[in-house]
Amino acid sequence: MSIFRFFSKQTSAPTARERLQVLLAHERASVGHSDLVAVLREEILAVIAKHIQVDGDKVSVKMDRGENVSTLEVDIEIPLNARVRAA
Amino acid sequence: MAKVIVVTSGKGGVGKTTSTAALGAALAQRNEKTVVVDFDVGLRNLDLVMGAERRVVYDLVNVIQGDAKLPQALIRDKRLDTLFLLPASQTRDKDCLTAEGVERVMAELRKHFDWIICDSPAGIERGATLAMRHADIAVIVTNPEVSSVRDSDRIIGLLDAKTERAERGERVEKHLLLTRYDPVRAERGDMLKVDDVLEILSIPLVGIVPESTDVLRASNLGAPVTLADSRSAPALAYLDAARRIAGETVPMTIPGEKRGLLGKLFGRRAA
Repeated sequence: MSIFRFFSKQTSAPTARERLQVLLAHERASVGHSDLVAVLREEILAVIAKHIQVDGDKVSVKMDRGENVSTLEVDIEIPLNARVRAA
Repeated sequence: MAKVIVVTSGKGGVGKTTSTAALGAALAQRNEKTVVVDFDVGLRNLDLVMGAERRVVYDLVNVIQGDAKLPQALIRDKRLDTLFLLPASQTRDKDCLTAEGVERVMAELRKHFDWIICDSPAGIERGATLAMRHADIAVIVTNPEVSSVRDSDRIIGLLDAKTERAERGERVEKHLLLTRYDPVRAERGDMLKVDDVLEILSIPLVGIVPESTDVLRASNLGAPVTLADSRSAPALAYLDAARRIAGETVPMTIPGEKRGLLGKLFGRRAA
């Protein structure tokens, strides 16, 4: 180990390893049937669209796939004059 | 009993064609009749790496479409009597490959050869799935790099689902071939280590091919790396890998690792 190591930035291989482990855990789970988080996203949007007209541009969906917990954040702007659909 | 091997990876540029040629020559050197088959229709390159690009008359698509008989399309290697090449077509596209046609050609090759090595195109489309369809053994070529490892994982999933063996409820024997490995960078923590990749993909290791200028040199010359210089580090790695595929037990080493004092000094300095 050279003395220069002390001044250089951290090694990158452990980061690569960790990123791969998390990513592949999710990709393997979604083989055959589609990804649960993606299914939830589609269905939640469908339920909302049933009741009010949503503008595609006003919907923001964020996903974060973590090691143990994934989060799905759906942010929908509902304007005051939104047309309410007959249920 | 003939064995069909698919050399696959998902990602392009990781060394499938180099590995197909090197393993093919290594198996043929054991005096076992071997054919390397190029499935990369439209972008063939195995002929070039094997040094047979000027001898291609008929190709896999011609055989499938009945324009040529299999023996007419097979090209015998000039260096090894036991090594043959079945080239891909350069002018057609991959839709010319039909499932029935490939099945027929594979069945015929099984009658005449000990080893049939299929060089898969990159990707997960028709060419790649047909190349793996009849495999008994899969060699998954992977670089110690995140995108290559991810794509290999995808390919492993396909091997367990889309092959003839999988459909019969049997397993395709899977082997990891780690290529372009740089022990110095891995030791420094700047490259995924062998154990990292093995732990992530969890399939057995069949060989570690070090990053080496000998690989480019061999392809420049049009010779499988195992024939171009059989004592070079990558050649030793491929020769050992071929012995393992043939069922021998060979201790795993990283060829080129054992450097003298001078080599170590220079290695460190370069680092």
